[in-house]
Amino acid sequence: MSDNKTSELGNVEPTPGSTKQDPILTIDDVVRSFGGLRAVDVKHLEVQRGTITAFIGPNGAGKTTLFNLITGFDKPDSGKWKFHQLANAKSWTTDLSGLRPHQIANKGMVRTFQLTKSLAKMTVIDNMLLGAAEQKGESLRNALLPSRWRQQEKTILEKAEILLERFKLSHMRDEYAATLSGGQRKLLEMARALMSEPKLILLDEPMAGVNPVLVESLLVHIQNLRDEGVSVLFIEHDMDAIMGISDWIVVLAEGRVIAEGTPSDVSKNPAVIDAYLGSAIAEELKDV
Amino acid sequence: MLMNLFAEIDISKLFGLAIRTSIGVQAATFALAAVGLNLHYGYTGLLNFGVVAFMAAGAYGMAIFFTQGWLGGSIILAIASGLTFAVIIALSIGLPSLRLRADYLALTTIAIAEVLRISFRSQRLLDLTGGPFGLPSIEDRNASVSFADVITIDWNPIGKGSYGTWFLEFDEKTLWIMIIGWSLVSLASLLIWGLMRSPWGRVIKAIREDEDAARALGKNVFSYKLQSLIIGGVIASFAGIVRAFDMGFVETQQFRPQTTFFIWTVLILGGAASIWGPIIGSMTFWFIIIFSEELLRQMVDSGWIPEAILESSDIASVRMVLMGIMLAVLMIWRPQGLVGKKEEAQIDVR
Ligand SMILES: Nc1ncnc2c1ncn2[C@@H]1O[C@H](COP(=O)(O)OP(=O)(O)OP(=O)(O)O)[C@@H](O)[C@H]1O
Ligand SMILES: [Mg+2]
Repeated sequence: MSDNKTSELGNVEPTPGSTKQDPILTIDDVVRSFGGLRAVDVKHLEVQRGTITAFIGPNGAGKTTLFNLITGFDKPDSGKWKFHQLANAKSWTTDLSGLRPHQIANKGMVRTFQLTKSLAKMTVIDNMLLGAAEQKGESLRNALLPSRWRQQEKTILEKAEILLERFKLSHMRDEYAATLSGGQRKLLEMARALMSEPKLILLDEPMAGVNPVLVESLLVHIQNLRDEGVSVLFIEHDMDAIMGISDWIVVLAEGRVIAEGTPSDVSKNPAVIDAYLGSAIAEELKDV
Repeated sequence: MLMNLFAEIDISKLFGLAIRTSIGVQAATFALAAVGLNLHYGYTGLLNFGVVAFMAAGAYGMAIFFTQGWLGGSIILAIASGLTFAVIIALSIGLPSLRLRADYLALTTIAIAEVLRISFRSQRLLDLTGGPFGLPSIEDRNASVSFADVITIDWNPIGKGSYGTWFLEFDEKTLWIMIIGWSLVSLASLLIWGLMRSPWGRVIKAIREDEDAARALGKNVFSYKLQSLIIGGVIASFAGIVRAFDMGFVETQQFRPQTTFFIWTVLILGGAASIWGPIIGSMTFWFIIIFSEELLRQMVDSGWIPEAILESSDIASVRMVLMGIMLAVLMIWRPQGLVGKKEEAQIDVR
């Protein structure tokens, strides 16, 4: 709880659908069914700007599906969600429902995938460069005129090198992404997403498969991001990580938000314990 | 026995003919079409099984415009209309199918290519396309109203005569079309090289690897795929146009599906996603075809292969079988093609 944004959460009711002081994302009545299964059914949810929010819940709770919906990769049966941008002390709201994935990404809401999507036959550095937004050279008009994009390319390259350094991937710079380990690919995907300087980054299980030493530094990265003003929404199963860095936790079960609150609120919530009952996680929650 | 064979074989002719074809107009047009397909498949990952649709669009677009004498029958405008037709084909393939899964594009390309060929052939369009007889129509051919003449005679800077030696002797018409063909191959390759080293090319490669990853990073995948389809399609349509100038006429027989599969063979042989792949692929393809054809012919003629086993009339099909076997062998020990990147081919995606 490092700054005023996160401390604002101290006054928020720890109940499903509670109102936040300064939400960056609000979701209303989003429903997605697969046949008879209601994979996602979220009445109302707000994500506070400038905080680290965790989505937790048992396997199949609908976390990834909710990510897919709000990033445009899947279409809901119904529902709306809005993005609240803030720049130069002005704020405005964009309706994201119905937009296509690249449009949503270009608004500043960028995601990573549970099943990593590193671009195997591209080098690590090319993966990174791809991530940058608003590149002049990406338009056909300028592509054949390097004078129009060389300068920007240099700036992007510098940014990429810094991020690779941060994520300890510099030594793999010129290797094909295919040669990275599973954990390194997770890191690359996250670093690549950061190239676009998102306002809100959505990470689907960023720690899965990453070796424990790297997890430590990954957690630091995520906290640094928040301190730099990026809002983070992440899905995780690793309870230590969640409890350690989250400012706010949203618990999903069977598609619904069954609880939300600070880590200590959530760990005491009987509904949460219930949802996890029988699993080892219930044990861990009691210790927190 | 083996000595006997060598004595019968005219080695000079064998290599002479093979080399002649591998640097000839046909090789140039196949290379050109393969450069277009390379952008589609090699770099963007688009499964275009209708390459020949673009070639036909170019050739017929040009030929119809010219023979109809529209806007004074200017050859430049005729070529432009061939290219425009290719763009229209790209749009009509891409707009409905590029948002769908990859296999829909593949099916659409096959369908459009056949629809186009059959329509051009139909009696209903006889006045426009010449139906099964093609363009120019028989009367016009005699009256020498040919688009090919404009290029090979009126616009030919090379003086009448015969150039070169040995089996590599060409008349001024052939030489001129060869120069045009290979110049276009070079220009198109240069264009692709320039595009692929730009950030635009980076997005294209990313789409080949994983569309969703590109989308998640804010790239308008649909738009890029359409751009790729159009650019590659226009390049392939040039192949159809050059071929029309070389042959002196267009007809639907030139645009059967097998041409598409030859172009694919050329690309895979040379190496997809490499600049030199289509060029090396096409030259090798034609070298192997003519070499094996000529070798078989000489062996049959000299009686070394008995007529009972192989007749001269079978040679054309046997050489395709040989080509197939060679391609299969190549795929086993060199899956990246002759000049493709080995590391890339070895990466097993997913
Ligand atoms: N495309 C699909 N078709 C049919 N059912 C699906 C589809 N995608 C997800 N589901 C179902 O929806 C439910 C929610 O899945 P989802 O992947 O969102 O869960 P999750 O919370 O991310 O789980 P995990 O923690 O295991 O990743 C599951 O029951 C899953 O089987
Ligand atoms: Mg999931």
